[in-house]
Amino acid sequence: MNATADYALDVRGVSLRFGGVRALTDVSFGVREGELFSIIGPNGAGKTSIVNCISGRYRPTEGKLFYRGQDITGLNTNARPSLGIGRTFQNLALFHHMSVLDNIMVGRHHLLKNNFVTGSLYWLSGARREELSHRNKVEEIIDFLDLQSVRKATAGTLSYGLRKRVELARAMALEPKLILLDEPMAGMNFEEKEDMARYIVDLNEEFGMTVVMIEHDMGVVMDISHRVVVLDFGKKIAEGDPGAVLADPHVRSAYLGEEDETLSDPDDAPRPLETNA
Amino acid sequence: MANSMIPAGDFRTSYAADTTIFPTVTSRNFAIAGVLLTCAAPFLFNEYWLSLLIQIGIYGIAALGLNVLVGFTGQISIGHAAFFLFGAFSSAYLSTKIGIPAFFAIPLAGLVTAVVGLVFGLPAARLKGLYLAIATLAAQYILLDFFARAEWFSGGSVPAMAEPFSIFGYALQGDRQFFYVVLAYVVVCFLLVTNMMRSRDGRALVAVRDHYLSAEIMGINLTKYRTLSFGIAAFFAGIGGALYAHYQLVVSYEGFGIERSILFLAMVIIGGLGSVMGTLMGTAFVVLLPEAMEWITAILAGGPIDHALGLKTNITFLREIAIGTIIIVFLVFEPDGLAHRWHQIKAYWKLYPFSH
Repeated sequence: MNATADYALDVRGVSLRFGGVRALTDVSFGVREGELFSIIGPNGAGKTSIVNCISGRYRPTEGKLFYRGQDITGLNTNARPSLGIGRTFQNLALFHHMSVLDNIMVGRHHLLKNNFVTGSLYWLSGARREELSHRNKVEEIIDFLDLQSVRKATAGTLSYGLRKRVELARAMALEPKLILLDEPMAGMNFEEKEDMARYIVDLNEEFGMTVVMIEHDMGVVMDISHRVVVLDFGKKIAEGDPGAVLADPHVRSAYLGEEDETLSDPDDAPRPLETNA
Repeated sequence: MANSMIPAGDFRTSYAADTTIFPTVTSRNFAIAGVLLTCAAPFLFNEYWLSLLIQIGIYGIAALGLNVLVGFTGQISIGHAAFFLFGAFSSAYLSTKIGIPAFFAIPLAGLVTAVVGLVFGLPAARLKGLYLAIATLAAQYILLDFFARAEWFSGGSVPAMAEPFSIFGYALQGDRQFFYVVLAYVVVCFLLVTNMMRSRDGRALVAVRDHYLSAEIMGINLTKYRTLSFGIAAFFAGIGGALYAHYQLVVSYEGFGIERSILFLAMVIIGGLGSVMGTLMGTAFVVLLPEAMEWITAILAGGPIDHALGLKTNITFLREIAIGTIIIVFLVFEPDGLAHRWHQIKAYWKLYPFSH
């Protein structure tokens, strides 16, 4: 039990089943305060499932999740931002018909106090003052992520890379202490990836957020993460610092498609290597 | 909304200037001038025209509530007329049986209706789309049945009476005077909703519509906002209904069946889903269309076309068909509603002679 105090996020023996499908089997790992932590693994390994458990989208069938020593296993999804947990999605999940600015302002939801009554009485209730002070915070995020030129654009009309960045902005607006990034660089070109990697490092170092990231680009994962956990078929197969994990023979066979003597099948072509580095 | 037609050189130097309701000072002044000009309507128009304007105002307020529900929150209700009627009966009851002056009875009726709306909105926490539509249909029938039976409340088969609206003992009766009451309510209600939509809970409603999963991750309680939007919709329906009661002075449940609920939906869709001003345009369209068709049939009646086709009394059916056809044609060619067309006309004038 005392282990929870050391970790910002402690995942303990989490299993997740959908009927007969075992998405996760007894997964345990811990993320330390201020760490940049990556979850890697082949497609269908359960990476997004574990992030969904942490953010409350799924409730684990077994096991527990602790956030700063507090049990969050059964906590409502919408109660998590106030604890300091924010996330982005693998597939874009912006509010498509809202402006970029409004999208990011939605991130301030749990920090704002005005409601449908005081909001309707905008000038009389102080809602205007509150909205404007939060607008200041949002503009800082817009500056940080270089979104000034698309501030008023409708989110649904933006390019893919920009939308990813707006999604990061929206998660940042929550002012999370723990931010979960589900494939922040998927589908981006080299330059966009470079920018995104820089933002993520800044989130961690400048803003002091604990980052949990799912990413396929091994080059980026190896370069920026402090520690890595590897999942395969819903099970944890390795955990540790990036170099050691990459050298692990289980990881090489499961994830990077390297032939393993005991498993090798001459007719079976190795899975493509996903390293871009 | 605030995305397109900002003239060059119009720089915003504060966030306050960037969050105004109207994009430019000119557009704000035009809107104020428009309201002031409308104040002169009772001196310019006859009773018939005034009654049409009052109807647009009253139904416009109710349709505004429905637009919050359908346009902004992305839900559906086909029981809106029942809430409208509930507001009407509540205000009539409060003003005659309990003796609360109409001035206070109208907002109270709105609140009472909002509570009823919240109750009937509870299924929205679980249901979506067509399933929700059927659930709200229940509201329509349950409430109408309630009005027919609850004689203490609605008078049953006898229409309920409502006290006239009065301020400081001075009764505002008749089209010319009641017009100002409706105008004041229209301005206040539309301002309230505009403000709500640019603050926290308004954004939350749209977020629930656009992507409910990520809305929840952003800390938005889905059940709360889905139900709340029913409450808000019912509140404005109740206000509209209460105004209707004190305008007509008599309320009967006849004529507020499901077809009226669907007419409310038509107002919102024709005006533009998720557009506050579009609601008023859509309501004007739906209220004025039958009148326009009436004039056309009156011109046709007895004319050569009438004789040639031998229409006689069938001409009234022709009118109904024409109204239906126009609505269909409208939805095909203008699916984004009148508000969208209005933006395009403005853009055309701003950009002329260049198309981009």
